[in-house]
Amino acid sequence: MRVGVVVFPGSNCDRDALHGARLAGAEAVPLWHETPDLSGSDVVVLPGGFAYGDYLRAGVLARFSPIMGAVRDHAAAGGLVLGICNGFQVLAEAGLVPGALLRNASLRFEHRWVRLSVERHDTPFTAAVPAGMTLRLPIAHGEGRYFLPDDDLDRLEAAGRVLFRYAPPEGNPNGSLRDIAGVLDAGGRVCGLMPHPERASEALLGSDDGLLLLRSLVESAGETVRSTIAPVPMGVA
Amino acid sequence: MSSYRFAVSVMPREGILDPQGRAVESSLPHLEVENVRDVRVGRRIELTVEAEAEAAAREVVERLAAELFANPLIESWTIEGVPMHAPVS
Repeated sequence: MRVGVVVFPGSNCDRDALHGARLAGAEAVPLWHETPDLSGSDVVVLPGGFAYGDYLRAGVLARFSPIMGAVRDHAAAGGLVLGICNGFQVLAEAGLVPGALLRNASLRFEHRWVRLSVERHDTPFTAAVPAGMTLRLPIAHGEGRYFLPDDDLDRLEAAGRVLFRYAPPEGNPNGSLRDIAGVLDAGGRVCGLMPHPERASEALLGSDDGLLLLRSLVESAGETVRSTIAPVPMGVA
Repeated sequence: MSSYRFAVSVMPREGILDPQGRAVESSLPHLEVENVRDVRVGRRIELTVEAEAEAAAREVVERLAAELFANPLIESWTIEGVPMHAPVS
């Protein structure tokens, strides 16, 4: 089971993501953004950071990197993709997950611990999270305010594609609509998430809740590789 | 081939919270200005296109505006022709 972590110019959580994926039991390899090849990765992670300096809009310039064609093909073939923080922004700009991440309502770069509720457990990203558990994860972003027009949000929710929400006591740190912290694509195989599971992969870091998400991903990918069972059907918005 | 220069103005769509505009607005009392409202902050991108005709040049700018300069989900844009700048030496 191999996890590929894409490295854009300006990525800065790539090593944390590689480390987290290894802790979760995977072989993990960095993937340079200029090479349009995933080196046989079963899972692709777009890590946090400031790809291309966040110039123009966070994520938009990375969207045109050569590797993104391969990521798009991987997703289209049902491959697993997780975009964390800046990686979520890249996925949203690329249209691989719905919505946009706007400047935080506070106008500040928000970096602190938050709580996340997990809206469903039957996904490759959350299968290892015990029912009822809220996750303690750090955020670190200036543009994390999730936006989607109201009607589209209703459809997204009806299809069960809101996967994570900011929860009490800390609550919503950035003004995201409906407290949304993470969403799924229509097939349920691509996830964008603002908080950083890889920065909470060991108790030493203050929390190892993030490892549950990475383990979910690695174990689900392992099952998909071992069998040819179709993924859990998801609602279509 | 001729050179054509354009300016693309990108603005947050109506109804989308613009915290930058709000922050600017909230500073106006410090300048003792009280008759200004609805401040919105966008961005302007200028570029020169080499093309056979203006229509072809504008087509390129329209594509870039929709795919790169603006995110159609959250931003709208306008394109205008502007005078060529003196060459940068």
